[in-house]
Amino acid sequence: MNMNYTAEELAFRDEVRAFLDEKLPEDIAAKVKGFRRLSKEDHQRWQKILSEKGWYATHWPEEYGGVKWSPVQKHIWDDESCRYGVPRSIPFGVNMVAPVIIKFGTEEQKQKYLPRILSGEDWWCQGYSEPGAGSDLASLKTRAVREGDHYIVNGQKTWTTLGQHANMIFCLVRTNTEVKAQEGISFLLIDMNTPGITVRPIITLDGEHEVNEVFFEDVKVPVENLVGEEDKGWTYAKYLLTYERTGLAGIGISKAALSHLKELAGRRLKNGRPLIEDPSFSQRIAQVEIDLTAAAISNLRIIASVEGGGVPGAESSMLKVRGTEIRQTINDLARRAIGPYAIPFVEEELDLDYDGEFLSDENAAPLAAQYFNNRKLSIFGGSNEIQKNIVSKMILGL
Amino acid sequence: MDFRLNEEQQMLQDTVARLVRGEYSFEKRLEFSESELGFSEDFWKQLGELGLTAVPFPEELGGFGGGGVEVQSVMTELGRGLCIEPYLQSVVLGGGLISQVGNDAQKEQWLGGIASGEVRAAVGLQEPQSFYDLNNVETRAENSGDGYVLNGRKAVVIGGHCADVLLVSARTGGDTREADGISLFLVSPDADGVERRTYPTIDGAKGCDLVLNNVKVGTDALLGEEGKAADIIEYQTGRAISGLCGEAVGAMEVACDLTLDYLKQRKQFGVPIGKFQVLQHRMVDMMSELEQARSMAILAASVADEPQSDERRRILAAAKNVIGRAGQFISEKGIQSHGGIGMTWEYNFAHYAKRLVMINHQLGDDDFHLERYAALLQAS
Ligand SMILES: Cc1cc2nc3c(=O)[nH]c(=O)nc-3n(C[C@H](O)[C@H](O)[C@H](O)COP(=O)(O)OP(=O)(O)OC[C@H]3O[C@@H](n4cnc5c(N)ncnc54)[C@H](O)[C@@H]3O)c2cc1C
Ligand SMILES: Cc1cc2nc3c(=O)[nH]c(=O)nc-3n(C[C@H](O)[C@H](O)[C@H](O)COP(=O)(O)OP(=O)(O)OC[C@H]3O[C@@H](n4cnc5c(N)ncnc54)[C@H](O)[C@@H]3O)c2cc1C
Repeated sequence: MNMNYTAEELAFRDEVRAFLDEKLPEDIAAKVKGFRRLSKEDHQRWQKILSEKGWYATHWPEEYGGVKWSPVQKHIWDDESCRYGVPRSIPFGVNMVAPVIIKFGTEEQKQKYLPRILSGEDWWCQGYSEPGAGSDLASLKTRAVREGDHYIVNGQKTWTTLGQHANMIFCLVRTNTEVKAQEGISFLLIDMNTPGITVRPIITLDGEHEVNEVFFEDVKVPVENLVGEEDKGWTYAKYLLTYERTGLAGIGISKAALSHLKELAGRRLKNGRPLIEDPSFSQRIAQVEIDLTAAAISNLRIIASVEGGGVPGAESSMLKVRGTEIRQTINDLARRAIGPYAIPFVEEELDLDYDGEFLSDENAAPLAAQYFNNRKLSIFGGSNEIQKNIVSKMILGL
Repeated sequence: MDFRLNEEQQMLQDTVARLVRGEYSFEKRLEFSESELGFSEDFWKQLGELGLTAVPFPEELGGFGGGGVEVQSVMTELGRGLCIEPYLQSVVLGGGLISQVGNDAQKEQWLGGIASGEVRAAVGLQEPQSFYDLNNVETRAENSGDGYVLNGRKAVVIGGHCADVLLVSARTGGDTREADGISLFLVSPDADGVERRTYPTIDGAKGCDLVLNNVKVGTDALLGEEGKAADIIEYQTGRAISGLCGEAVGAMEVACDLTLDYLKQRKQFGVPIGKFQVLQHRMVDMMSELEQARSMAILAASVADEPQSDERRRILAAAKNVIGRAGQFISEKGIQSHGGIGMTWEYNFAHYAKRLVMINHQLGDDDFHLERYAALLQAS
């Protein structure tokens, strides 16, 4: 047993820090750390910097422009980048569709799409869920019928994160209704500018526009946009989901959120003293820090097992459940820390350029909204109930 | 023992229920919320015309001397409708404070209007540094011979943006956190030096922070005895806590109903999701939280208008602690059981969830009241 980083890993950490010290734009980091809104432009600006460094595509083989990091290096990157306030990469292109294209796509697809993901030319979104197909994804109904060298797609996707910015969507569509649900699904790459596609916003409870409905009406998709074989999409979809789940535990994000919480509790007052010195509140913070420490070590254990050649299995489901609960607890405490000021919703203070007087704390405005928004953590990427079903089936044999 | 409402109380609750059902669809609420006023002037008028704003006041003011149970009957239905009118602030708190310690002239001037709904009061008791401790008052009122000069800031005054009269606490003596030396003043929102920073609240209402900058008021603005307001404030916020318990129970009832309906309707894997045991048990837990909250609301109502005592203090702290926790539990678990749909603006569940969590931020959260209760624990 050895819990320390090797000399090479420490050197890598120094390199990461030097890079972030030099290249991470201050305004972007301030937005991330203060839970402010990031614009499409912010994401693109940062992506460009990362791409130039060659650190954008950490799951890709080097031949396609990826960087070959070990799991521990990825972990170091996650830890440091969250601490510095690096925006989370929008995963749909680089971490979701790209690994699928690399593993199952044609050479033309690789040549066409991978460079555009690296350069930021394409913004991808994920078209899996439908109104009737949430947890039961395989029941999806969006239909694709082959006519000559096109598929004609009809149906509806929903909860499409940041679809309003996207020019490409990868979709699971039904190409065969005669067979078992899982066996009639195909994986299609669709240009969002194709006639017949309509994107409508879904506003979430915090008033934000981050998800959408996407409607398909007789949308013509060239057959060369099919990934892999027809009717085999479910296999590819599941392959992608394993990528989605690793990282959903959000250990690095939780660590950053925890230090944000501690700073906040150090500034807010209760009984004339900083809230962080209050016996009951400090115990609440201590409890979540302890739980986070345990989850962080569990995360490292999974990483180490992958390092030695293993595959992250159902263990990552347990970690997703734990990790999201921890993040939600931190959000709960941050909301509590501002007391009565959780109630006002001063939207203009969400803007980093806001130069007026802050109603209470400079970081107060997003806290209650964020608490509500992050209820999503236990719902998406496979709800926590579904994750537990996976664990009981795959690990426990129940 | 009888836990049922008597005939009159039931009629009262039915009246409010009918009004809310008729006037307060979810779509209308969103409109009210987005309006300049932040609620429905028309609905407020109807509360007045039906005598509902007069419920806690004596007969000569058009009321029927209602106590904790009657106020809760109204508040429960307002909670079911997710109503955003400042009933609690104006009628229960504002009216309550003036009724308890106002002199004849002050009662004469304000109570009739508050009871009829023609006048709206708002109450500023918290401050930026106070957290939930209402004895933590830094705002100062200097005696200027012919009156007082007020300086300071009052935080999160719900309904303050549209109030005709503001009731604020300020120090005429003592140190920041002392009970002694706190006084109450009636302040006109139009007085020189009163600045209101208005904002929407995350749960759909409106409020403001009040900045008082050399605000001059006459001696007739002093409400009650100088320096002796802490007990009065504690007593009246106790009544308001009981009212809030009613609102919370109403909102929780609807939140539970919506979730239960959804469990029966929504199908995944070929069956209603209510067939999954994990969701069944969670629904049972939500219902039992609601029952706990109902019980504590009833207990709170029974002491709301009783004379102050440690027993009353304990009960009200306990009740607020329970509804705070139950409200958050039902919100979080309800959203989770709905899946993505529970997070959307278009569906009313999320708005109940937001209100329930914010009730915990009004008049002290569950942690605050747990501490308060612990401090009042009986040795045996
Ligand atoms: C903010 C947000 C962003 C999203 N982004 C995307 C996106 O970009 N692309 C995309 O395709 N999808 C996206 N999703 C969709 C997400 O994957 C689904 O919401 C999720 O799969 C749950 O489906 P559902 O919402 O239909 O809930 P349902 O499946 O209807 O579930 C409702 C409840 O039932 C429970 N449940 C269901 N089945 C079982 C079972 N067998 N056992 C026990 N409990 C069960 C669930 O856990 C949940 O509590 C997003 C969702 C949200 C909220
Ligand atoms: C101290 C003691 C005193 C008792 N006294 C009496 C007595 O006086 N007379 C008498 O007749 N019996 C008595 N019992 C027996 C008692 O009623 C049984 O223990 C009880 O019904 C559970 O049965 P079991 O122990 O066989 O557990 P099981 O029924 O085998 O249950 C094991 C576990 O599975 C769970 N489980 C079972 N079915 C389901 C389901 N459908 N869904 C979800 N979870 C489920 C249970 O909740 C439990 O956690 C007593 C038991 C104890 C421990």
